[in-house]
Parts: sequence; structure tokens; C-alpha cells
Amino acid sequence: MKRLEVKQLDFAYGRNQILFEFDFSLEESQIGCLLGPSGCGKTTVLRAIAGFENPTKGEIVLNGNKLNGSKIFVEPEKRQIGMVFQDIALFPHLSVESNIQFGIRTLTQTQRDKRSNELLDLVGMSQFKKTYPHELSGGQQQRIALARAIAPKPSLLLMDEPLSSLDEELREQLAREIRLILQQEKISAILVTHDQNEAFAVGDHICVMHQGRVQQNDSAYNLYHRPLNRFVAEFIGEGALLPGVVADEDTITTDLGEIKGNLPESCKHQDNVDVLIRPENVILGDDKENRAVITERYFRGSGYLYSLKTSGGVELLSLIPGSEALQIDQSISVRLQIERPVVFSRP
Amino acid sequence: MKNITNRMWRPSIVGTALILSVPILTIVFSVFEPPGENWQHLKDTVLPEYLGNSLLLTFGVGAGTLLIGVSTAWLTAMCRFPGKSLFVWLLLLPMAMPAYIVAYTYTGMFDFAGPVQTTIRDWTGWRYQEYYFPQIRSMGGAIAMLSLVLYPYVYLLGRSTFLEQSIGVMEVSRTLDCGPWTVFYRVALPLARPALVTGLSLALMETLADYGTVAYFGLGVFTTGIFRTWFGLGDYTSAAKLAALLMLFVFALIIMERFSRNKAQYHNSSGKLTRFSEYRLQGFKAWGAFAICTIPIFLGFFLPAAQLSLWALETWSDMVDDSFFELIRNSFLLGFGAALISVILALFLGYGKRMLPGKTTILSVRTASIGYAIPGTVIAVGVIIPFAWLDGRIDAFMQSSFGISSGLILSGTIVAVMFAYVVRFLAISLQTVESGLEKIKPSMDDAARSLGCLPRETLFKIHIPLMKSSTLTALMIVFVDVMKELPATLILRPFDFNTLAVRAFELASDERLADSSTAALTIVIVGLLPVIYLSKTISHSRLDQGNTEI
Repeated sequence: MKRLEVKQLDFAYGRNQILFEFDFSLEESQIGCLLGPSGCGKTTVLRAIAGFENPTKGEIVLNGNKLNGSKIFVEPEKRQIGMVFQDIALFPHLSVESNIQFGIRTLTQTQRDKRSNELLDLVGMSQFKKTYPHELSGGQQQRIALARAIAPKPSLLLMDEPLSSLDEELREQLAREIRLILQQEKISAILVTHDQNEAFAVGDHICVMHQGRVQQNDSAYNLYHRPLNRFVAEFIGEGALLPGVVADEDTITTDLGEIKGNLPESCKHQDNVDVLIRPENVILGDDKENRAVITERYFRGSGYLYSLKTSGGVELLSLIPGSEALQIDQSISVRLQIERPVVFSRP
Repeated sequence: MKNITNRMWRPSIVGTALILSVPILTIVFSVFEPPGENWQHLKDTVLPEYLGNSLLLTFGVGAGTLLIGVSTAWLTAMCRFPGKSLFVWLLLLPMAMPAYIVAYTYTGMFDFAGPVQTTIRDWTGWRYQEYYFPQIRSMGGAIAMLSLVLYPYVYLLGRSTFLEQSIGVMEVSRTLDCGPWTVFYRVALPLARPALVTGLSLALMETLADYGTVAYFGLGVFTTGIFRTWFGLGDYTSAAKLAALLMLFVFALIIMERFSRNKAQYHNSSGKLTRFSEYRLQGFKAWGAFAICTIPIFLGFFLPAAQLSLWALETWSDMVDDSFFELIRNSFLLGFGAALISVILALFLGYGKRMLPGKTTILSVRTASIGYAIPGTVIAVGVIIPFAWLDGRIDAFMQSSFGISSGLILSGTIVAVMFAYVVRFLAISLQTVESGLEKIKPSMDDAARSLGCLPRETLFKIHIPLMKSSTLTALMIVFVDVMKELPATLILRPFDFNTLAVRAFELASDERLADSSTAALTIVIVGLLPVIYLSKTISHSRLDQGNTEI
């Protein structure tokens, strides 16, 4: 049995439809991510699962129990779903300890103290037990908010952009911490974010959303290397689409020479296609052919990232390792090194 | 159940707003009434005088409050000199003094028969008209009195905006070789202008609303004109028309205030707020700053308070009797009742705006809170006209169907007084309640529910504890404002019903200044409560929350 199943969810505010046939599922102790640009409906999915919004169609099943339907609607306080909010939302009139104990009011005092001490340990904030939220930094507050949400041992934890109000450095560190804490507590969770690095750091699988629809629900590796459509290809990672023509069943000809590899079956001879080119696919060549001009150069530590313009006017990115810098406006020869090309047919 | 409350809520909000705007609409529509016989006469004779005097008073008080408010705000925000930390809150004290009380206290001190002139005559041997002494009961006197008690509006907003100004722009100007005066004129003052204009417009609204001072000084301005026309001529339509003209001025101020508040957000500093390194004043500069801050506090609070206390010491044994306790009871009853109703309505409207956002709700809440700018005199006239009409209707209905007379149910009773107070002071409680509500983010409600709280438990565990202090503050501020209120009470009170403010004013008008002091002092002491509260919030607010709402 799956921990959570969301089937064919539709949601609309009046005439404005936010979600279209949204499908999503989560296994026991798994962490899923909803990733997409702002306004794609990811927060609405989360609020529907939590019970703060009632979907117009479709169903949400948690541990085999239906949470919504024509006759049923389980109120948020009855769902046993924990939630961490973007604006943290700690109760300002309660101490750190009371905030954490807020959701376990039905336990005895000893049990409550035991649980809150355990969680304060887990998030590394034991010395702040009696402190009030406004005395804590943003990162500390979010740790307490996480502890508060998982204190009642919820069946599912929802996190709505929990790190977006924090500094960038802190964000990465806390993202890794959250993953460790959730794994330690064996909690199934969903993280909503617009930041792919955050999603990659926390999620076991990632659901990319755009305009209320699922674009691709997959591992981070597949999202990067096997994007199913143009949106995912452009949204995840850096790269560019290079136009080409299908020459035969395993060759595409482009401005920068031939690309060989297994092509999808839908590609027919003489079709116009776009090939996804990641920066690491473009390496220095050694012949007079396939030339491109360097337009920009960025230092990337282990090498340089170049912006290139082909003779056909296409802009590409190229990551070239090493400490030697090529000059801007220099014309260089490039070679494409692609094992399995990602190809989209062009309308 | 949930649906029924939701469906009833929005219409009730709209209904509340409509009922509360009845007085203002009455005045607005009075413009279209056919003018009475007196109107032409008024227009030819006294109207130019009212207009000229009101304008003169407004400009005078504007200049006075800006001068005192800006200089004290700049000094206490930017400079270091002896006593500065005390001045920060002492400068608020004159807010506790109703202008009319200061006015007759000063008259008592500086009039021909007062102690000051008598002493001068005793020392010099001069006699009547042999020396020049400024006349207190004059336009100049009124400007001085009102400026002395109204400058804190400019001071409060000015100081917080000087403190909030980005330290960056100040320090950049200093590196560009600007001295403190140049920084003030070329950087700080232009940046602070929207906030200062907001403070100024609030002070001027109070000026236009003032009745006690101008009436006591015998000046013909709009508020006194409305009284004369109402009680002297008994001409209600003309009084309403005068009220409409006065409201025109007030609307100009409201627009000025709104506009500058909107503008203020663009003038605000960006980036992190750190404290500006203060200018250390030494020698005569330090003493100058000390004097600039001491004078308004002394003249606006301590001197009149001392005189009132002296008078009260002389007369209290005669004045404190059963009727005095009745005054206190009446004032407290009115104040507490109006405060309670205002706060309940404010909670109702504030939560409505939070739960049912939308244009209708926002517009309704705004309409309901417009009364803060409207002078009590105008509201009173706007209340009594429709109430008297309604009483007539009810009475006629009762006569014809049951053969009994219902008499006056609304007008000339406490109901009318309360209603006027709520119209005038709802905005204050609404503002306090809304700023409290802002602290409870919607996600806190969600968090509580996802942690297993029923909506009712959320109310008791989250909302009530968090809203307690702002609700109490709103209660206190409305209570004190009602205690000080004079003109609406004078017009609307039931026959033979007195409050502290009315009694103090009546005694002073009968030249029984010393006798009025006990009632006046009581009002001042109660009036200190919100000032103490305000000074606490100022000193507790961190720099980034220095925005004090008034």
C-alpha cells in the first residue's frame, strides 16, 4: 500500500482552474518534491492534501483512507498531516518548548517533555528550550517549526517552500539536515520548492509541474538527462536546444556536425528536430569545421563556462575544464559529445 | 452552519458601514436641501468670517505644530544632549491635555485679572492700558494653544521617520561634505516630508474639529458657527450646510493624508537599519537643544497642569460632592460603553476583512472608519437630523396603531451620544485591532489546525492570547478619547445629563475657572494613560519597528 495517492485532481478558484488531472504518489518513508516556477499550482496541491482547500475533482488517499469525495471531507485537524510553512508561523506567544508540544497536547506531561527533548536534540537546539521565537534566527526558527510539525508523528509531512526565507548558504545546509532528520524519523514527506538544487538535495523523486499539470515525475538524474518535454529540458539545469535534421535512424545533422545515438522511434527521416545540448556536451574540437565564436566567459572554479554563438546564430553553453582561459570574440572549433541525444521534434 | 455565517457576514459588514455612514451622508445630502431664509443672510454676513478665521487658524496651527514638531523630532532622533532620553517621551505629555482645558487655564493665568498681569502691575505700578500684554483670548492665542497640544502628532511621525531613514543616505551625504544643517535641509527633511505631512494633516483635522478653544475665545469659525446656527437660530438646514462646508476642508486633509501615506512607502529607506551615529551637541548648542525641547513640554503640559492642580487644591472640597461622582460615573459609563461597542465592531470588521477579502469588504471597512477625520460637531448634526426624523416616524406609528406616544427613543438620549462616539472613534479601535491581527499570519491558523486544533480551539489558543493586548489598547484609547470629547456631547446629550468634559467647559465659560479645575484635572489624569502607553511602545520598539501608528 502506498502512503499517499493523489488521483486525477482538479482544482479551481471560481473560473480560474489551477490544477488539471494531477497525479502523484508517495511510498512509505519516501520524500517527494513538487518543483516548478511560481504560480504552477504546487502550493495548491499541498494545501489540498492538508485539507485547507477542497479539490473540485479527483481523490486523495492517505494510508488507504479516502480524505475527500462527494460525501466525505476529512477536516485538516483530523488528517494527521504535519505542515511546515514558508513564513515559518511559529506561535509568537509560546516558548520553543510549548510550540513543539502544541500538537501533542493529549499526551501526559512526561511523554510530552520526553518527545520535545528528543526533537530538540534531533534539530540541535536543546539549549533554546525556554526561548521565544522572536529571539531566534530564521534558520533556528525553521528548525523549531520542523520539530513542531513532526512531534505528533504525522503520517505525512508537508513542507511549503520551507527554506525560501533563508540565506542561500543556510538553505543548502538546512536542506541536507532536513533530509537526514526525516530519514531518521522515517517520515514520508512532500517538499514544495521552486529551487531545483533544493529539490535535488532533499527529494527521492521529483515531480516537475507547469501551469497546473504534471510535466515529469522522476528521479533527479532522469530529469536532467532524460527530460520528457521541452519545458523540463529548459527548466532543469543549463543548456540550449540546437536545431538539426534527422539523417537516418541514428544520425542528426546540425550546424556543429553530426550527432549519433539512439533516436526515439517517432523521429522520421528528414524531420526537423531540436537536440538538447548541455554545457558538458560541448568540447573543444581540432578541425577547421564546426566553428563558434565566444561571446561571454564565466569562471566556474574547476573550469570556465563559455557562451558560444554558432555560424547559424544559435547560442550554446560550453563548460571546458582546466585553468586556461580562451578569449572573448575568439573563434574556436567545437565538437559535440553526446551518448544518448535528447530530441524534440519541431512543429 | 459555516455557510450560513459566511453568507451573513458580508452583508452585515456592508450594513454596518452603511449605518455608520448615515451622519456623513446626511451632511453631504444637506447641500441639496433648499436653503432656509437664514442661509442667504449667513452667507452675506458671517460666512466670510468663518471661512477666513478657519483658514487662518489652520495655517497658524500648521506652522506652529511643524515648527515645534520637526525641531524636537530632529533633535531627539539625531542628536545627543543632556536629558535627551527623557525628552523622547516627555514631549508626548501635551497630548494628554485637551486644547480647551489649556485654553482656559492660560486665560486664567495671563488675563488682566490673572496672577501674571497682577504681579506686573504690583511691581511696576502701571495701570490698565499703560502697558502692552498679548491678549490670550484671540486668534493668536488659539493658534498658540492648539499648537502646544497638537505638535506631538508631527513629532511622533517625524521622529520615527528620521530614525528609519537609511543610515546610508545620511552617511553618503556626510562623505560628500555636508554638515548637519545641510544634511537636514537637503536630505533628511525632503525624505521625511510624506511622514511630516501625515502628522500635520492629523493635527489639522483636530484643529478643524476643535470647538472648546475657539468657543471659549469667542472666535467665529465653522464649529462655533454651526453651534450658533443650531442653538441660536434653530436653523438645522443651515447648520448642516455649514457642516458640509467644514467637511469639504476635512476631505481635503484626508486626501492629503492618504496621498502622503502612500508616498511614504517609496521614500522609505531600504537595506538594513542601523543606528545613525548621533551628532554630539556641546556647550551652547546642547543648551539650545535642551531649551527647544523643554519649552513645549513646560508650556504644553507642566505649566497648565500646575495651575490646574493649584486651583484644584483650593476648590476641590467644594467641588467633590455627589454631583461630581455622578459626572465621573456618566463619563466612565459613556467612555466604557462606546469603547466596548467600538472594539466589538472593530473585531467584527477586522476579522471580516481577514476572512472574506474582497473589494466590497475593504470598501465597507474604509467607509466605516472615515469618521476619525470628521469633527464631532459635524457628526452630531448628522446624527440628530436622521434620528429626530426616525423618532417622529416611530412616534406617529405608535400613535396611530396603539394610541400611545413613544416619545424620543433615539434623539436626545444616550443612544444618539453613543452612536456619534462610535462613528467618530471606530477608526481608532479598528486600526489597533487590525495591527494586532496582522501579527497573526494566516499560516498560523493553518499550522494550529494541522496540529490537531479545531477552529474553536484555534480561537482560544492562538487568537485570544495574541489579540488580548491590542484589544485592551483599543478599549483604552477609545475610552480616553470619549472622556475628552466635547462638542458632540454638548449637542447630543440628554437634558440634564453632564459629563466631566461638559461640566468643566460650562464652569470655565461661566468664568468659574478655579471651580472647573477638578473636573479638568480628572480628564488630564485619565488622558495620561494612552500617553504612557505610547511612550512605552516608543521605547520598546526596535529600530526596524519604529513606525508608531497614531
